[in-house]
Amino acid sequence: MSSDEAFFASNPLQNAGGRSPASRLLQHNDGSCDPAFASCEPVPFDAVAERPEFPSASTNPCKLCTPLGACLAFRGIAGAVPLLHGSQGCSTYIRRYLISHFREPVDIASTNFSEDTAVFGGRKNLHVALDNIGRQYRPALIGIATTCLSETMGENMPMLIGEYGAEARDLPAAVDRPALVYVSTPSFKGTHADGFHAAVRALVETLAEAGRKSEVGGQKSEGEGRRSEIEDRKTEIPPRRVALMPNMVSPADLRHLRDLCSEWGTGVTLVPDYSETLDGPSWADFERTPAGGTTVAELRALGGAPAAIELGHVLARTEHTAGTHLKSKFHVSLHRIGLPIGVRACDEFSAAMEAATGREMPRRIALERGRLVDSYVDAHKYLAGKKAVVYGEEDLVAGLAVFLAETGVTPVLCASGGRTKHLADAIFGAAPELRGRAEVREGSDFGDIEARAAELKPDLLIGSSKGYKLARSLGIPLVRCGFPVHDRLGAQRIRLLGYAGTQELFDRIVNAVLETKQEDSEIGYAYL
Amino acid sequence: MKTTMASEGSPDLSIQPSTLKPSGIEILPSRVASIAEAGKPGKGVNCGKTSVAGSVSQRACVFCGSRVVLYPIADALHIVHGPIGCAAYTWDIRGAQSSGPQLFRNAFSTDLQELDVIYGGEKKLERALLELIARHSPKAAFVYGTCIVGLIGDDVNAICKSVAAATGIPVLPVASEGFKGTKKDGYKAACEAVFKLIGTGDTAGISPFSINLLGDFNIAGETWVIRDYFARMGVEVVATITGDGRIDAIRRCHGAKLNLVQCSGSMTHLAKKMQAAHGIPFKRVSFFGIEDMSAALYEVAKHFGSDELMEKARAVVRDEVGKIYPQLRAWREDLKGRKAAIYVGGAFKAFSLVRALRTLGMRTALVGTQTGDAEDYNTLREMCDPGTIVVDDSNPIELAKFCLEQDVDLFIGGVKERPIAYKLGIGFCDHNHERKECLAGFVGMLNFAREVHASVCSPVWNFVPRRSRCRSLLAGDSEANASKLAPASGLKPTEAVA
Repeated sequence: MSSDEAFFASNPLQNAGGRSPASRLLQHNDGSCDPAFASCEPVPFDAVAERPEFPSASTNPCKLCTPLGACLAFRGIAGAVPLLHGSQGCSTYIRRYLISHFREPVDIASTNFSEDTAVFGGRKNLHVALDNIGRQYRPALIGIATTCLSETMGENMPMLIGEYGAEARDLPAAVDRPALVYVSTPSFKGTHADGFHAAVRALVETLAEAGRKSEVGGQKSEGEGRRSEIEDRKTEIPPRRVALMPNMVSPADLRHLRDLCSEWGTGVTLVPDYSETLDGPSWADFERTPAGGTTVAELRALGGAPAAIELGHVLARTEHTAGTHLKSKFHVSLHRIGLPIGVRACDEFSAAMEAATGREMPRRIALERGRLVDSYVDAHKYLAGKKAVVYGEEDLVAGLAVFLAETGVTPVLCASGGRTKHLADAIFGAAPELRGRAEVREGSDFGDIEARAAELKPDLLIGSSKGYKLARSLGIPLVRCGFPVHDRLGAQRIRLLGYAGTQELFDRIVNAVLETKQEDSEIGYAYL
Repeated sequence: MKTTMASEGSPDLSIQPSTLKPSGIEILPSRVASIAEAGKPGKGVNCGKTSVAGSVSQRACVFCGSRVVLYPIADALHIVHGPIGCAAYTWDIRGAQSSGPQLFRNAFSTDLQELDVIYGGEKKLERALLELIARHSPKAAFVYGTCIVGLIGDDVNAICKSVAAATGIPVLPVASEGFKGTKKDGYKAACEAVFKLIGTGDTAGISPFSINLLGDFNIAGETWVIRDYFARMGVEVVATITGDGRIDAIRRCHGAKLNLVQCSGSMTHLAKKMQAAHGIPFKRVSFFGIEDMSAALYEVAKHFGSDELMEKARAVVRDEVGKIYPQLRAWREDLKGRKAAIYVGGAFKAFSLVRALRTLGMRTALVGTQTGDAEDYNTLREMCDPGTIVVDDSNPIELAKFCLEQDVDLFIGGVKERPIAYKLGIGFCDHNHERKECLAGFVGMLNFAREVHASVCSPVWNFVPRRSRCRSLLAGDSEANASKLAPASGLKPTEAVA
């Protein structure tokens, strides 16, 4: 089988080739992961013959709904409160899911639809919610995201938000008008990763201005009067800060990215930056919204950024993003590269930083790179021939697969619940040596992954804690990373990015393999 | 000796007069009527309403109510008809344990996509049910409706009927569209679905001394503990609804002579329906705390009018209390005078917790629930000490305000409340879905005390800024204070009593 054939045979979306565009769309939207079921264990009746062309049910999802991603992105803006336009449950479930990962307060408001709201529309609920958030949180920004309910009702959000802005509100004087940013996140379209990117894009599209950079430090923007500490800190902002859209990464990785930029001698505006808001210190005093995050003023100043960097192999193939907006509207030079995991992807990041700053790689970073390569060599025989299953958000999967290929581990299965249709191109574009060796599955779930793993017999799993059940049944190690990690402490502090972050991940992978070897050995090796 | 070490070792904050200033956090005008203070006259607590928009309620939705109640039925297929989120967020969400089938711990969803929303999801649901039932051979299937199913008008009932006919198992629609009421309405929808099963099984051979347990969900194995007590009394437990639940047991549970309703908020509706349809009386009980657990056993003995049962119940209580009492007394020495906040789903659990905390010498300074009714709140106002805040459907900001103003040492709640407590330097006990410690029965009281003690008396509070500041304010001398806060003064009591 040629590499192309192998790829096509394993990609449910590509299998639809040769049909009319309309029928392709239908199938694309009609559930997940058909080929898996064709190859899974026999069922009581003739499953293959009876089975509809595309499966109807998802078993143990490998994705979450779009509003979750939007809420996460909004939590990375200073003084921001996310607001979901829909049922109370959406905000509560998402809060619980995020809290179990970050172990931090995650307040997400809801417009709290009732039956009446579903009939008469959510105008009043939205306006009351905005008032109440203002009173309780004194926010600098409210990030409004829709849900399947309000989207199905067809709520005209821009109009409702516009009306709120135009009306006089009966609020205490201390409550400033926050910036309002709206993003459409119907849960029946895309995944949490798509919701995240849509919210990042909405933040930049709504707020970025062409203004002069010198305005950043001095002038306070609307709704920010109360956030004086942040404003004070911001007066130190160097005039030319790189815009960095980091993708859905951990707070520790966000801090690391900021450190890297500072090593390269540039300031950076991360969109979003939940490095402190979702991994903060114990409180000395009650905090309405946790300290930290990218400020509204910083977002406004993005139009003047000298360069923008957008991380993610799949995101780089997305037509409209925050980065493309900055490029097309403000002529900011845009670098679209993969998540910097592994030597090649980190080198690309370094090249982008060189281009943005005009500096060569700082010695500290060069040393980190050197150590990473050195450890590749130290470990290469332990990893030779090992097979891994990687799963999760498409950009994480692509980043991990490209990195693993460097180390001698074959990512035999690269699975995501997403369906952007870019995952295979993203992986094989950045690591062509994986063609014919890695199976790429979009629209996958853990039922699908389990069925494929039975055949592929991987040595380890790499991804979120949701793979634990599978790792346990296969008796193989799970290297936890990405989102969510609900069964370990320190999910906020797992690093993957940069040479140093990759180093931590690499050591964990090698040691997982060594530990298995040691545990499985009757001898009980003391040297490995 | 133990107590001496305790008073030297643990950060002794709560029993000092609080010098913390009021938190300065305002309550939303539309929320004021839902808050009361025990010992003060005033109107009843405003409750039973949908949450205030923008308030950040700790409640979930109708779907959540149905899902948490039905979820522990272990040999059923639970499929969520809607977009992926509702299934993803409830995948293996509860600690509910099963002694057999594990099918319930999977998340099945129709994962509705945009075109399904436009053209309807009925066919997809039907295919999903047929596939999954063929693959997993469940004893029954529950189909949960979500928000948009209510909007796009899928006839879920009709699909369930046709699939039931095709597969020969009960396929039960659960009308749990998220926006159609509150979590309580979800409980009701779950009860309606379960009720359809009851009365369809054979009741031959059921003992005259027989009960059903309603409203225990076997989080951390609690159903098994309770079953054991009743087995020792000679009382047969026909069905547990829904902890470690089985379809066949539920189908024949109308043969039991008494229903014990533990989580009254979720299951009273079912008990009333069973009383009307099958003539089975019910009693509201609680299995949390020594007092309530003992009362539950005695109630059952009394109901059956058997001296022998009563004697056996006394023996169970005597044995079990004897086992835990010495350890409880030791922990009580460390905990007495400490203050606690309670925020839980249902009021009956809150009652039990107020009493259980008293057993430990602790005072409840704040108590709130998501779904309590007017009568529940009156009871709470009466049973709590004057000054205790009583609140319905609270939110993180209010809870933080009351915790600060009451200067509590412990918060009892669920995952969503945990970070509020921790960020403010307050101990925490998970009494919700994700707990891993059995908290019911007598052994549960011991586990509860252990958890409370471990959190409240931990040395980590010595390093938490809010607590350090509190101490320095109290001492008025930062240097003297620093020595008190040295790690050497950390936790001794646990070691002493362990």
